[in-house]
Amino acid sequence: MIRALQAVSALVVPALLLLIPWYAYLKRVPVYEEFVRGAARAFGVGVRIIPYLVAMLVAVAVLRASGALDYLSSAVAPLTRSLGLPPDLLPLALVRPLSGSGALALLAEATRVHGPDSYAGRLAAVMVGCTETTFYVLSVYFGAAGVKRLRYAVTLGIIADVAGLLAAVTVCRLTFGNN
Amino acid sequence: MLNLIWLLLLTAGLGAAAASGRWAAVTEAALHAGRSGVELGLGLVGVMAVWLGLGRLMEASGLLHRLVRLVRPLTRRIFPDVPAHDPAHGAIALNLLANLFGLGNAATPFGVQAMRRLAELDGWSGEATPAMCTLLALNTAAVTLVPTGVVAIRTAAGSENPGEIIGPTVAATLLAQAVALAVDRFLRWQAAGRRRRR
Repeated sequence: MIRALQAVSALVVPALLLLIPWYAYLKRVPVYEEFVRGAARAFGVGVRIIPYLVAMLVAVAVLRASGALDYLSSAVAPLTRSLGLPPDLLPLALVRPLSGSGALALLAEATRVHGPDSYAGRLAAVMVGCTETTFYVLSVYFGAAGVKRLRYAVTLGIIADVAGLLAAVTVCRLTFGNN
Repeated sequence: MLNLIWLLLLTAGLGAAAASGRWAAVTEAALHAGRSGVELGLGLVGVMAVWLGLGRLMEASGLLHRLVRLVRPLTRRIFPDVPAHDPAHGAIALNLLANLFGLGNAATPFGVQAMRRLAELDGWSGEATPAMCTLLALNTAAVTLVPTGVVAIRTAAGSENPGEIIGPTVAATLLAQAVALAVDRFLRWQAAGRRRRR
């Protein structure tokens, strides 16, 4: 079942690259010209996003390099321990909403230190799989849409992240047991 | 709002730097982040070009239209304030499907396209509309069937069963998605109430 899922996921992109252009061709669409037309749209949007990305990444980098995240982790450690979240995974929980590549790096680290088949190793994997880089989505999506007044979007994003974290811990506790 | 958050993140970081004395690391990281922001953005242009090219083919061939008809009952329910036949539904459907298959880099262009269309519907007011917040909620707690990157890391670390986290991930994302949508509805209702009272 899992192997089948993995096999399918490896084939998704090649299948799309084959089927969509062929379908379009059979519908008498000038495939090359239309592909180029669509691709051209990426430039305006992509370039417009860059300043938003830079602003967000600088703030996140300062937060990480200064050790502020480590201070925060040790401050809230008692709270998370009672939730069943090992203190070692706290930095991961905090970095996840801020940086996708940072989270993958921390996941690789946690997997190496605790072993991939330990409780902490499995929980780290599920945590990364089920929350998103909210601040990235916020800056990229809203940046492209020219949004300046966020209203309740940040609250919503953070609550969604906490929900993802709690869901990961709960499901892992139930399936893998806390040991 | 974003002004304050950004200022807060920077201040907290620099405050911690004062405590830890890691000024050099912070300087280095901040300047490096600027560069990686540009690299990330340009990299995104390349990936987006591929997906938006395919998206354009789907649009021109009528494939998108068929797909949207399939998913529209769902997106219409989630986005009641987007007109039923608006192109935003197409971009939202593609965004959801890309997330479902763990194609994070394909989800972004369609998400961005959807966001821009939603902003257009609102006359580019510069305000996050309820529909835009809902799209954010869908993306920050997206249901994932195949967490590709995570499985790759576990495989590399020599796990006996790298895929065993797939089931729990699906369950946890479903749970998180439900909570996120419920919270979105609550905040939307609350904000609407505040507006009426004003």
